[in-house]
Amino acid sequence: MATILKTDKVCKYFDGVKAVDKVSIEVEEGIILGIIGPNGAGKTTLFNVLTGMLAETDGKVIYKNKDITKLSPQDITNIGISRTFQNIKLFDHLSAHENVKIGFHTKTKTGFIDAIFKTKTYKNDEQKVNEKGIKLLKRVGLAEKQEILGQNLSYGDKRRLEIARALAVEPDLLLVDEPTAGMNAKETRTIVELLDKLNDEGITVIIIEHDMGVIMNLCDEIVVLNDGNVISRGDPNYVQNDPAVREAYLGKGAS
Amino acid sequence: MFSNSKISNIIGKLKGIILENKLKIYLIILISAVIFPIITDNQYYIYIGVLTLMYMILASSLNIIVGYTYQYLIGFAGFFAIGAYTTAIITTSYEVNFIFVFLISGIIASIFALLLGIPTSRLGGIFFAFATLGFGEIIRLIIINWDTLTRGTFGIPGIPRPKLFNFIINTNTNFYYFALLILLVQLFISYRVINSRVGRAWLSLKENSEAAKAMGIKIAKYRVLNLMYGTFWAGMGGAFFAYFTQYVSPDTFVLDEGFRIFAMVLVGGMGTLIGPIAGSGLLTILPELVREFARYQLIIYGIAILLIIHYRPQGLFGAKELAQAKVEEKK
Repeated sequence: MATILKTDKVCKYFDGVKAVDKVSIEVEEGIILGIIGPNGAGKTTLFNVLTGMLAETDGKVIYKNKDITKLSPQDITNIGISRTFQNIKLFDHLSAHENVKIGFHTKTKTGFIDAIFKTKTYKNDEQKVNEKGIKLLKRVGLAEKQEILGQNLSYGDKRRLEIARALAVEPDLLLVDEPTAGMNAKETRTIVELLDKLNDEGITVIIIEHDMGVIMNLCDEIVVLNDGNVISRGDPNYVQNDPAVREAYLGKGAS
Repeated sequence: MFSNSKISNIIGKLKGIILENKLKIYLIILISAVIFPIITDNQYYIYIGVLTLMYMILASSLNIIVGYTYQYLIGFAGFFAIGAYTTAIITTSYEVNFIFVFLISGIIASIFALLLGIPTSRLGGIFFAFATLGFGEIIRLIIINWDTLTRGTFGIPGIPRPKLFNFIINTNTNFYYFALLILLVQLFISYRVINSRVGRAWLSLKENSEAAKAMGIKIAKYRVLNLMYGTFWAGMGGAFFAYFTQYVSPDTFVLDEGFRIFAMVLVGGMGTLIGPIAGSGLLTILPELVREFARYQLIIYGIAILLIIHYRPQGLFGAKELAQAKVEEKK
């Protein structure tokens, strides 16, 4: 298997606070990688650095053998990395369908002239975003709720819609940030199934999660962060039994 | 004192009726607008009609910027001025087809929007408002001081009437239909742009710029494009003003004028095409109805804004509420 994403000693410091410190990880194509760690370990900061939302203090990010360290978030989206947010960021006053339609921005071309004269490009684009948008909503189980405004969806549906929107950019690598936070067991299961299905369809997934049940079930590999450092990595079994991990979570002497 | 819920109840019901018969109502409004100069001979009424239509064009332009991307453009009168002066300067020196003059006026306003938009593209909310406030004043001061080009405070008189082949657009009625045509073309084009990829990108900036970034939308680019598109129509509105009044002077384009148009957008409702039409209709005709109190005009504007902000922050036909009503209907 080829490596899809590689970080080389990535650092992000906020005025001396080392949120992410020399993190080097490799993600193989087609796997689900879990990132776990106590609160404040730097997981979300790492996501923000990977997607270009924060500029790294030092280090390199390589995606498909290309250095993407200096790319803007928009360009990173363009080359196939998509994400969801820890605190859901939907377009609240737009319908579920419109939310997804906006996701197709980089995959469509319509400009002013196309829109005003309804050129072929416009018609093709509109057909594409309408049909594919519905398809995506179906894929995440929101087909019946396409007309409901983002803000009026239930919490679980909001998470689902955010995933659907992230899929609209047709990513090869999907970063999901705590997709099951605050969900009950049943809702959690549907999200796990969804991510598993997406992974089967060929999307590499990196997931930040606190629910150990989810992580142990879903992930092929786990990276444990603590205070901005990688303290353990390996398959779920290995990580679960690593004394360093136990210490980070439970304190010294717990294992 | 009215209670908030009572008022929104009444407006809610009214809106329900409006939504159900949307097309019919638009058609009725359009037909009455078309026959208005036929049923009245009163030149004064028709003159007010022309002004109303001009403000509808201007308020619709501003609404594209304020209502669809939340860029609070306070110096809007500056772009109106650029359009008017472009027309005045060109037509008093050269004989050029008026359609061309209109387009050039719009394009020059857009170019200024580009110059303003690039450095301000990272400014949000109130900071953008302040920067553009300064811009509007700078434009006015340039007009006053560059007297070799603009004749300074004297203004430019003697702008010729627009001519199409042998037909001269001359009377109030001519100008009335001319303005109506521009407004309809503007609304038609804006409708199409808004309901396309471009319009959706604008909405995404207004809704959540972080998420827009994650969707690969180039925020600065679409903000500037939005500003250029809106001000293009402001320039067209300025061209119309110059042709209609045949005289432009810096006194017209003071800050108050920008706020007047802003008030129309606020009262009518941001983020819908119909909102600013209603707002500019109301705020141009209402002060005329109480002409004896003309000196209190600004007070009327102030009271209208206060009432709206208190009872319906999104304006009479604002976007948010309309969208919600749509969903309730579907349930």
